[in-house]
Amino acid sequence: MDAKDILGLHKNSFPSSLEKKSRPPKESHRKPDGISREVYALTGGMPPLMPSIHSSQLKKKPPPPEKVTWQWLPFTNSARKDDLHLYHWVRVVNGVLPTGDYSFAKYNKSVDIIKYTDEEYEKYLTDPMWTKEETNELFDLCERFDLRFVVIADRFPSSRTVEELKDRYYSVLRAILLARAASSGDVATHPVIKDPYNVSQEMERKRALSMVLSQTRQQEKRDEEVLIEAKRIAELRMASKVTEQSQLVVASNADAEVTEGAVPGETITPSNVQLTPFTDNASTLASLRMLRVYLRTYALDQMVQASNSSAGVRTIKRVEQTLQDLGVNLKPRVPTKAVCAEHLELRKEILTWLNLQKQVQYKEAEGSSFRDGSYSEPPGTPKDRTFTLDSINFGVSSERVVKKDQKRKAHGTPPTAAHKRPRKQKASDF
Amino acid sequence: MPNTSSSKKHCQDQPQLSGPIPKSHMAKSEENKKNSGKKLKDVEISVPIVYGNIAFWLGKKASEYQSHKWTIYVRGASNEDLGVIIKRVVFQLHSSFNNPMRVVDAPPFELSEAGWGEFEIAITLYFHSDVCDKPLNLYHHLKLYPEDENSSMSTKKPVVVELYDEIVFPDPSEAFLARVLNHPAVHLPRLPAGLTLPPPIPVEDASKRRKGDTKDNPLSQWFLNFSEADELLQLAAARQQVQAHISKLKRQISLIEGQHKQLKSSSDQ
Repeated sequence: MDAKDILGLHKNSFPSSLEKKSRPPKESHRKPDGISREVYALTGGMPPLMPSIHSSQLKKKPPPPEKVTWQWLPFTNSARKDDLHLYHWVRVVNGVLPTGDYSFAKYNKSVDIIKYTDEEYEKYLTDPMWTKEETNELFDLCERFDLRFVVIADRFPSSRTVEELKDRYYSVLRAILLARAASSGDVATHPVIKDPYNVSQEMERKRALSMVLSQTRQQEKRDEEVLIEAKRIAELRMASKVTEQSQLVVASNADAEVTEGAVPGETITPSNVQLTPFTDNASTLASLRMLRVYLRTYALDQMVQASNSSAGVRTIKRVEQTLQDLGVNLKPRVPTKAVCAEHLELRKEILTWLNLQKQVQYKEAEGSSFRDGSYSEPPGTPKDRTFTLDSINFGVSSERVVKKDQKRKAHGTPPTAAHKRPRKQKASDF
Repeated sequence: MPNTSSSKKHCQDQPQLSGPIPKSHMAKSEENKKNSGKKLKDVEISVPIVYGNIAFWLGKKASEYQSHKWTIYVRGASNEDLGVIIKRVVFQLHSSFNNPMRVVDAPPFELSEAGWGEFEIAITLYFHSDVCDKPLNLYHHLKLYPEDENSSMSTKKPVVVELYDEIVFPDPSEAFLARVLNHPAVHLPRLPAGLTLPPPIPVEDASKRRKGDTKDNPLSQWFLNFSEADELLQLAAARQQVQAHISKLKRQISLIEGQHKQLKSSSDQ
């Protein structure tokens, strides 16, 4: 104990484990065998990053490879209906021929098109718009061209649109399936039954697509603007709905309205910048409500974060500095409900105050540019100015503030950090 | 805010102040308005607690591994019995302790140990089933050594670190409400008129319960006082100052704008 005192170590926290750090094995002193000492030294005395081939491996013989020959042999294709024999080169390994069908035969896939009988046609498939010949022709083409309706439409003798052909095909298919099924339940899951082809919808969809495709650039821009506007309005509506839920019922009491205005009301005033902190506050309250239990300090933290979300890091620091200057604890010592509420209000008011300060500076800059009549020296962004105004002037007169600004302006805008391009690394750096 | 009276060490009378603290007044009228139409939804129960540790240096009796005797605890802010809300508290100590997970099943929720190191203790509060089924976590850094390095450690005067906080139940069940309706440890807002609650069901056998409040606790002489009045005054004063600055700046802005207008009109001519 005394020894610790003397050494000033008593502030140590919980004991760190007294493990002995095992020293990394000193590999670099052992020269790997297989290469000579001097050669090894050339590499810097460190083992190489990639595992190298062991010297003993170099003495071994590689495994004897397979014997590959190529032969000119005949073959047949099971995908063909005729009995055509062609010849090609075949890779023979160790005297063994490859087995199996022609390797491309498996790609010969086709769609199964149903075949209806004449009776079925008479019973289920007659249609005023379609003759039997046309329907037969359609199905034949479907078979030949694997339901590629664009091709089928092109080949179809009388001119019918793709949609008409599709419609006829799918309605025939549906009728046949329903007729052939033992019960309607069996085929209910078949896609043709479940999602029937809708001609009018398809035509509409294609028309809309072509319209979109052929839109001019101007039209596109206008559409985008309208959409953004609509989104903004929708969000505003959402925000006001959220406040209705999480805020109180507004009584007819004028007093309440005025004081209530202090919290949510002031942010409803049209100013897009204010919109985000407003929704943050409301949504924080809502999310706190969702918790079954929470600590008051946690709730205060969340609300402070919500109100800070709209401000930059610098502004937040200034708010905290102001709080300290006013003699207020950054985190209340006795965080009761009332104290927390007051604390939040104070923070909001400080933010307002800081914003007003910025506004004043901006206005004054405008004013001085009016007076000077010259626009050669731009007033500088408000950010620069707030950066130079460090201490908060309690009770300072407006003239002094103006003078200060003019003085600072004369010195020019404060230099921003020069961005140095990272120096390219040269070999001499090592 | 609270409708319960009884012994409280800190004063809760501030809601009557008007003027610079419109918000707290509004808070009251808030609840009044809430009460009209809605049911239990807008009743929020808050339990003020104080948690922390007291550490005594053992002086001559100190050994290398046990230089201090300390107690970590969670108590009601006015030393009332928290057992009505909290079922048990689990203190998670540093892993170098035997059985680092210490469970305290009954109030007073405190744990005493001896050691030499400062570390973070995780305190988990488990509530009765009708209060809340989710536990709540607190963290406290155990402090044994005085802040001021030069001050000598004495066996008589302990190092005390206490933190005030409030447990908030935003949406309490009726059963819970009925049970704690007049309990001094719990702060309730004014309840809606005509609210009928079921008769309270005692959670545990009252005869078995030992005294859970910490008013006569041997350590109570070291407990700190937490008065929100000071803090409120501080905040009110600060707000007044800021509001004064704001109105001054607003006047300034309108003044400048007026000047601009004049300049503009004069230059236009």
